[in-house]
Amino acid sequence: MIFFDRVSKVYPDSSVALEDVSFTIEPNEFISIVGPSGAGKTTLLKLFLAEDKPSSGSIFYQDNNVQNFDKKEINDFRRKIGMIFQDFRLLPNKTVYENIAFTMEAAGRTDEDIESDVPHVLELVDLVNKAWNFPKELSGGEQQRVAIARALVNEPDVIIADEPTGNLDPINTYDVVQILKKINDMGTTVILTTHNKGIIDSLNRRVVVLENGRIVRDDKTGKYFA
Amino acid sequence: MTKAMLWIKLKRVIRTGFFNFWRNGTVSLASVLVMMVALTVMGSIFIGKAVLDTSLAELSSRIDINVTFTTSASEEDILEVKHSLESLPEVLLVNYVTRQEALDAFKERHAGDQSILTALDELGENPLGAVLNIKARDPSQYASVAEFLESDNALSSSGITIVDRVNYFQNKVAIDRLTQIISSADKLAFAATLFFAIVSILIAFNTIRLTIYIARDEISVMRLVGASTTYIQGPFVVVGIIYGLVAALITVIIFLPITYWLGSTTETFFGGFNVFSYYLRNFLEIAFIIFGSGVVIGAISSLLAIRKYLKI
Repeated sequence: MIFFDRVSKVYPDSSVALEDVSFTIEPNEFISIVGPSGAGKTTLLKLFLAEDKPSSGSIFYQDNNVQNFDKKEINDFRRKIGMIFQDFRLLPNKTVYENIAFTMEAAGRTDEDIESDVPHVLELVDLVNKAWNFPKELSGGEQQRVAIARALVNEPDVIIADEPTGNLDPINTYDVVQILKKINDMGTTVILTTHNKGIIDSLNRRVVVLENGRIVRDDKTGKYFA
Repeated sequence: MTKAMLWIKLKRVIRTGFFNFWRNGTVSLASVLVMMVALTVMGSIFIGKAVLDTSLAELSSRIDINVTFTTSASEEDILEVKHSLESLPEVLLVNYVTRQEALDAFKERHAGDQSILTALDELGENPLGAVLNIKARDPSQYASVAEFLESDNALSSSGITIVDRVNYFQNKVAIDRLTQIISSADKLAFAATLFFAIVSILIAFNTIRLTIYIARDEISVMRLVGASTTYIQGPFVVVGIIYGLVAALITVIIFLPITYWLGSTTETFFGGFNVFSYYLRNFLEIAFIIFGSGVVIGAISSLLAIRKYLKI
């Protein structure tokens, strides 16, 4: 489904973020990418989302080279990917409902679809009663659940969760991980980056370890070795 | 994209624009105020130009030269000079004041001064010559008119000069200076108009740029959920247009009391030009300029400012 083919990224100041990285992600997989800060996790995701271009190598999504997408294809492609960030990145001037509806509007969905689907995902993340609150009125855990609902609502093929629990306490971390597992069980591919040892150990799914821009380990049912 | 979808998108963009304007209350208020200052400057420039034009025209019309003829000059000769003056392209109008009219005017002017009137009576005859009052099309042309009068044409047929004096030569310095002031005031006004228009546009542009800078993270999030360029830009352009419209509305309204207050002052100072009645008379045109500038500045500033954040 997703294939990184000998991808390297060297920044203009000649710092090497990724070096000759190759791996494949199968449909419906739950893959964790771990590694210390500066290992290249964020660069890897940026390249995949076509926010940046690799210095060499290619990234394929369903046999299409991501770098060859034009602007419209990039938009269509990003609508098939749900993004969850460490800092939530909700739209501050929109309510919870509108934040989720925006993603559907951007994808050109009808008002009827929006009215039926948004309450549904809000239920999934247990935030029905906060639909008309603004993000600043929510706790960190609630904000992250809104972000998850937003990522889910267009029924994406892949969910990318970039350090989704980095700003959360253990209880909220647990909730978020449970929701991600549920999403994966429903058939969506999940790519998770994290430093949280507890999460990796409890998930017992595939782990790819990055260090200094290289893959140093790729275990089918990995544990986190610091 | 189907027509129905286009309509839905347009509706969403406008609705989002209104929500963003309303929810970003403080930022919107600040932007509207800055925009209002810019539009006020533009409106003032427009009205100021009208004030200047009218007062310069008034000033120009007050400049004239008087040719006083000798008392012995015959009416026939004077009318001939008048006729040849009127044929000059520089001359707009020649007004003939007969000796009797000159005397009547003189008496009226000195009606309170008994000694002068007595002296006149004692003199027995009219000591004043007839006068030709000449207005040129442009103040700078008086020199050539005066030159013409100096030449042979001013002489009567018998070869004896009939021109007593031409007051241009007495007033030359004043006329020259006035001409210079009028032409440099015109140039200065043009430069100032250009300068203030550019400065106010830049200030408005910069303010809108700042509001978009505040929203840059939001824009990148919109990009990452796959929103198209026009769908992201749309609401910002709508907000920019709302800034322009609200600012224009306030500007147009506050011009009413301001011009009313200035009205009587300008009327005495600028020779009958009342800015308040000018504003009311040209309300539609001025309102159109202010609203138009507001909308155009708002929309274009938003479009230009957001481009930078859409590159992701």
